[in-house]
Amino acid sequence: MMKLGFEWKLALRFLGEGRFQSTLIIAGVTLGVAVIVYITSMLAGLQGNMIRNLLDTQAHIVVRPPDEIVRPQLPSADTARAIQPRAQRVLSIDNWQTYLRYIERVPSIIITSPLASGSALAVRGEATRGITLFGVELERYARIVALRDKLQEGEFRLGAGEALIGVELAKDFALRMGDRFNITTEAVSEPFLVSGILDLGNRQANRTNVYINLHAGQNLLKLPGGITSLELRVGDIYKAETIAQELQAGTGLKVESWMTTNGQLLSTLRGQDVTTIFIRAFVALIVVLGIASVLIVSVVQKQKEIGILRAMGASRGQMTRVFLMQGAIVGVIGFILGSVLAYLLIEAFITFVKGTDGNPIFPIIFLPETALSTCLLAIAAGVIAAIAPARRAAKLDPAQAIRG
Amino acid sequence: MAALLELDNIRKSYGTGTAVETEVSHGIHLTLQPGEFAALIGPSGSGKSTLLNIIGLLERASAGSLKLSGVEMTQASEDELTRARLTTLGFVFQFHNLLPAFTALENVQMPGLVLESDFTAPRRKEALTLLEAVGLKGAEAKKPGQLSGGMQQRVAIARALALSPKLVLADEPTGNLDTKTADDIFVLLRRFNVERGTAFLVVTHDPDLAARCDRVIRLVDGKIAADAKHEAGEPLA
Repeated sequence: MMKLGFEWKLALRFLGEGRFQSTLIIAGVTLGVAVIVYITSMLAGLQGNMIRNLLDTQAHIVVRPPDEIVRPQLPSADTARAIQPRAQRVLSIDNWQTYLRYIERVPSIIITSPLASGSALAVRGEATRGITLFGVELERYARIVALRDKLQEGEFRLGAGEALIGVELAKDFALRMGDRFNITTEAVSEPFLVSGILDLGNRQANRTNVYINLHAGQNLLKLPGGITSLELRVGDIYKAETIAQELQAGTGLKVESWMTTNGQLLSTLRGQDVTTIFIRAFVALIVVLGIASVLIVSVVQKQKEIGILRAMGASRGQMTRVFLMQGAIVGVIGFILGSVLAYLLIEAFITFVKGTDGNPIFPIIFLPETALSTCLLAIAAGVIAAIAPARRAAKLDPAQAIRG
Repeated sequence: MAALLELDNIRKSYGTGTAVETEVSHGIHLTLQPGEFAALIGPSGSGKSTLLNIIGLLERASAGSLKLSGVEMTQASEDELTRARLTTLGFVFQFHNLLPAFTALENVQMPGLVLESDFTAPRRKEALTLLEAVGLKGAEAKKPGQLSGGMQQRVAIARALALSPKLVLADEPTGNLDTKTADDIFVLLRRFNVERGTAFLVVTHDPDLAARCDRVIRLVDGKIAADAKHEAGEPLA
């Protein structure tokens, strides 16, 4: 391995000698690194938080029966015709247990939960409200949608004739634990007992979502033994779309991932990612230009010393590396200080910027991979910035440098 | 014994291929034997510095042959020249001799650092011996800025001798110093010449100093006008 003792000692002394200049460029790198780490961490926190909030309330993948389509009797395409698509009924997935077994064998799927869902009317005395019924196996379903954390009052269970309702519905109907109300569909009307009240974090959901057990749901929705969808949770949320496409191909059912149903959100996040990349690139560029200009000045100032060293027998390669190493050292020191500064900024954000509930608006995540990539970026910036000065130093004619 | 340095018909032009091409060295023949102590004198503009740079492998001659310890150097690569400067030659300049960021001791160890990429213990010991020999025992940890001009020049001499070169090239080593200090420095060079057998080629303006060398080479208008060996102390012809 190449020994770099000469380059290392010279680089350190040269940096130490021009203390003011070195301080300036290290400060530049520090600020650059801090900005990059802070923005990246903040965005990771923000995006992570948005996705987590979203996926707390919905399954990663939903499997539904295929859409009903109209099959015209006329065989020829020559005949002028207009086909009116038909309205979609609440349908069960035929033979869903078979599909369930098939899906459960897919290794990337962590948990599956059958759901019988449809609309209904909640009635209490004179009051009625349109609701969405969720007939679920509670234990399974709670592993897909984080319902358990949302329980505000009562108990987290769905026995026969029990329902979990949202806070808004509870308020509208003046329902408390153990109170009764009716759920009516076109088929039947049944009384339910409030076993628990949930705060789902969304007013609409709090008003309309009513959870009952799967069996009761099937009865109310006229789907004996049937389900309207299978809700799935996967290991890697960003692979959900691929897995969904594979499942659709494998089952012939309609399979949608959260990435399809939340396309807009994903585009927004992608837009943010691209913006951050631009910001990082420009900050890195500014840092590179800053380091380069200071090192160029340093080469000019040290031209006599470089001349002496070259006359003494230091090679061009050695002189090049002395300056490249100065860039790298500046990068490393700047990275360390910048990371500390970013950490303090993040702490300050968490401590001082709070939402209405007194908690931080969102968590900021200081990712190790951000730290690593920024470290490499800082070193690369330092070395790239040092290329031009280093070449200049190496090209100096020693005879002229000493005479000059 | 093979000659230490052989110059054969060395020519040097600047601005080659342009309208202002100027030849500053016109066919120089010169041989230096190991252990010689020679002065290179001549008026300003006579081409002394150019010749010293060519001998010091800092500039390439435009034509002619240069052999160092019998090895032809005119076609050598940049790396070979650099290596030869490090291991065979030592330099003492008039100004700007030392690296201000390093102590006197580190400056003397610098050629060793360039060669071995480390401050090694044997090189350190040798550097201490050299500093003691130039009368700077106790000043090892001082930076050049804390030393007088004469002391800096002593450090430079110690450094030039660090890797035991065969030839030390000194460009006006005393030109910047008062008479007494200049004399001390000269005595020092001479002592190393005698004790270590190192050859010296000293560029100087000072006729008294030149007279104390074994050989005086006078350069006029880029040519050797006189080259005389004489007993040290004789007045110059």
